[in-house]
Amino acid sequence: MTPKHAGTRKHGGRETRRVLRVSTSPLLRVSLYLIPLAFLGLFYFYPLFSIFRLSLAPEGRPALTALRGLVSTSYYARTLWFTTWQAALSTLLTLLASLPAAYVFARYQFRGKSLLQALTTIPFVLPTIVVATAFTSLLGPKGWANQIPMAVLGLDRPPINLMHSLSIILLAHVFYNYTIILRMVGGFWANLNPQLEAAARMLGASPWRAFREVTLPLLRPALTAAALLVFLFDFTSFGVILILGGPRYATLEVEIYRQAVNLFNLPVAAALSLLQIGCTFGLMVTYTRLQQRITVPLQLRPRRITARQPRTRRERWLVGINVAVMILLLVVPLLSLAERSLSAGQQGYSLAYYRELSVNRQSSIFFVPPLLAVRNSLLFAGATVGLALTLGLISAWLLARQRGWLGRLLDPVFMLPLGTSAVTLGFGYIIALAKPPLNLRTSPALVPLAHTLVALPFVVRSLLPVIRGIHPHLREAARVLGASSWRVWREVDLPIVGRALLVGAVFAFTVSLGEFGATVFVARPQMPTMPVVIYRFLGQPGAINYGQALAMSTLLMIVCTVGFLAIERFRYGEIGEF
Amino acid sequence: MSLLEAHHLTKSYGEGRFPDDISFVVDDGEILCLLGPSGCGKTTLLRIIAGLEIPDSGKVLFEGHDIRDVPVHRRNFGLMFQDQALFPHQNVFENIAFGLRMQRLPAEEIRERVAEVLHLVGMAGFEKRDVNQLSGGEQQRVALARSLAPRPRLLMLDEPLASLDRTLRERLMNELRTILKGAGVTAIYVTHDQQEAFAIADRVVIMDRGRKVQEGRPEEVYQRPATEFVARFLGLANLLPGRVVEAGPPLAVETALGQLMATDSPALLVGQEVTVLIRPEGARCLETGTPAENPIVGQVQTRSFRGGHYQVTVAAGGASLRFELDVLNGPLPEPGRQVTLCPYRVQVLPAPGPDLAIQAKQNRVLTICAL
Repeated sequence: MTPKHAGTRKHGGRETRRVLRVSTSPLLRVSLYLIPLAFLGLFYFYPLFSIFRLSLAPEGRPALTALRGLVSTSYYARTLWFTTWQAALSTLLTLLASLPAAYVFARYQFRGKSLLQALTTIPFVLPTIVVATAFTSLLGPKGWANQIPMAVLGLDRPPINLMHSLSIILLAHVFYNYTIILRMVGGFWANLNPQLEAAARMLGASPWRAFREVTLPLLRPALTAAALLVFLFDFTSFGVILILGGPRYATLEVEIYRQAVNLFNLPVAAALSLLQIGCTFGLMVTYTRLQQRITVPLQLRPRRITARQPRTRRERWLVGINVAVMILLLVVPLLSLAERSLSAGQQGYSLAYYRELSVNRQSSIFFVPPLLAVRNSLLFAGATVGLALTLGLISAWLLARQRGWLGRLLDPVFMLPLGTSAVTLGFGYIIALAKPPLNLRTSPALVPLAHTLVALPFVVRSLLPVIRGIHPHLREAARVLGASSWRVWREVDLPIVGRALLVGAVFAFTVSLGEFGATVFVARPQMPTMPVVIYRFLGQPGAINYGQALAMSTLLMIVCTVGFLAIERFRYGEIGEF
Repeated sequence: MSLLEAHHLTKSYGEGRFPDDISFVVDDGEILCLLGPSGCGKTTLLRIIAGLEIPDSGKVLFEGHDIRDVPVHRRNFGLMFQDQALFPHQNVFENIAFGLRMQRLPAEEIRERVAEVLHLVGMAGFEKRDVNQLSGGEQQRVALARSLAPRPRLLMLDEPLASLDRTLRERLMNELRTILKGAGVTAIYVTHDQQEAFAIADRVVIMDRGRKVQEGRPEEVYQRPATEFVARFLGLANLLPGRVVEAGPPLAVETALGQLMATDSPALLVGQEVTVLIRPEGARCLETGTPAENPIVGQVQTRSFRGGHYQVTVAAGGASLRFELDVLNGPLPEPGRQVTLCPYRVQVLPAPGPDLAIQAKQNRVLTICAL
């Protein structure tokens, strides 16, 4: 046999092996890769690139005028400073409020715990606009927080005036992010072996010392990652600041929006976006690094072993107080929103505000009957679900198969939109996609496209662990039992991924319904979504407008809550968490 | 003609070859067991036969035909995985029916066959149960039923009992042979546990680091281990170096314990280096002064009661030897006391050469790891 001949035979053997493993032709795989990558390229990188171009070369040639504008006055530096310290302060307050609860959830078992856990997560999935409306309804002059003390103490003026103050912003941020600390730190804590702390106590450490020297160092990766995530969300806060902060307060996000929409100063908005992108990317990179550290193997214990009933009076008080704080902070604002949406006028409860949603009292050409906004939102959400699931399924499937450098490179690329602020994205869309070569400004498709981009990381993250988690033996067992590779995919992969697909769908649906930052840029005036209409109502005077905002927020809250509960029900155990 | 023939199968992993030039045959209706420590290439052999791996060289003949080009799902072989690999999204019935559906059998026939195999594995009526709710033993039975249902022409089992606890393993061990024989299936069974192999197999192939070291019926292999590795792997650890002084028969060997007479006598030359195996089972404790063949004089180190027998370790000739003494037979030696033992049998294994000695040491490590 000639050496050449031997070579071909060897090659043939390798070929067969590859076919067995992957069983898709290279051409098909390349074209599969191209679909999600083309989407990201067109609707993520291209808009970002346009922002870069506009801020670095506003008139087509390189010029630093826009960037210089940022440093010429101290206004933007103050905005960046405010953005940073309010985020830091919010994070600190969130930690203070939520760490005791994380401990209680980790170590004690009590009645209603799982219900409470689900309840505390609801604020996190609510659209910012709903949260903002809920806080105005609770803390405004006519809110419970003022009406109850007035009635009890006989005051003739509202005692609390938090509207358009820093306090209400911080409160809303704590409300929003409470559950992140509770879930990430509490979840990690619950699986830590309590024997470790007991061992430290047996060696002579006081309870505080044991906590500081054993538990805290073990918790640190989870704690830091959670705190960083909270900081990231507070740093990019938009709806809360815009509505609750009023004209006095502006984060970078709000400033981008004002420069672009109110002042039409696009180069400055672009320069600010650039700054924002830099900051969020830095935070994202740090966060992913820490996330990897969390997966350091520890001797983790199942929760049912680590949690127990509170026994002493002190323990019962500890649990009781934390539960009370949780309900006061997280549940009361939402109840207040629902209650006030039902109390039109003075005489008891009615559905008057809800009925108003279908009535057109105004003659403004921009006015859209609110019911139409509901229809728009549902249409956009439907389109988003379809698009995000298709792209997400392809992306997750490819990521799961790709274990080499390509996988390591692509995985964070698919996560990038999560680290980009929605306002930046929306702004990028109007400067990039509103002119040739790709003019979509007049197309309603821009909204679901933006929503898909925001939802895609959630969908991929829901699917990826499940697809990766399918043990190769399952596929091999099916093959040995006589299934062709297509049959294996249909009978094993797809049904197992089915539930995760449902979770991804609900994620995409709720993300789309609640998305505000990008939508406020890209939605056409005559085709607004529910959050945009709520924002418009809040901006207009009169009880009817405010009432309609309350009613629509309540509807949105119900839809998102139901969607979230569906996610909780369908997901396998703890997988797909962030 | 044999049902399956494996010819010179070799596959490289990193530095070594596991398996390395392995050949064996399986006859129709036979249960063949591949026995060896973890990492010796047994599982890879199964995966090659199933078609899930391609060997670097060698071929597999089924009924005399090379099956290289037959894809996995057309071989109609069964493979039972160590971790069961039950489909978590399907119930017991759906899992077992999977292979039958792939054969496009009518629904009625599928139902009957599923009921039949469930009955065979002792789980009649479990059709509607969720596989995730079953106990380890039940999952194992369902996995077995699933592999048996499509009537595979060859069933392969990869350490099917390894993940179970000891009592369950021993119970299923005995049942498994009955079930396999009842189904009349030809099977290749992979394990690192000699008890399992002996309980289930008609014939065993013992493997060491990719190579076949011995093949035969369980009794043969246990009675006449071919090498020091096999002896140690089967738990026969009373091994001493020696030199042939009389070619016999009977064969006489000079060892640290004095001259021993070996029962079996392979063709050996006077002066040849050998390894002597003193069988632990069936030893008797002698009154001092009683004349006996191969008396072993030493000091009792430990004695522990094991139910059917006492296990006694004796320090003799610079080694620690282990014996199993019958509970009902003879006086019991006290720890610390001098004792004379008469072993049931002394055997001679070819001594390892210089580089084989190193191998033997490695084998020992591997064996310890495996146990």
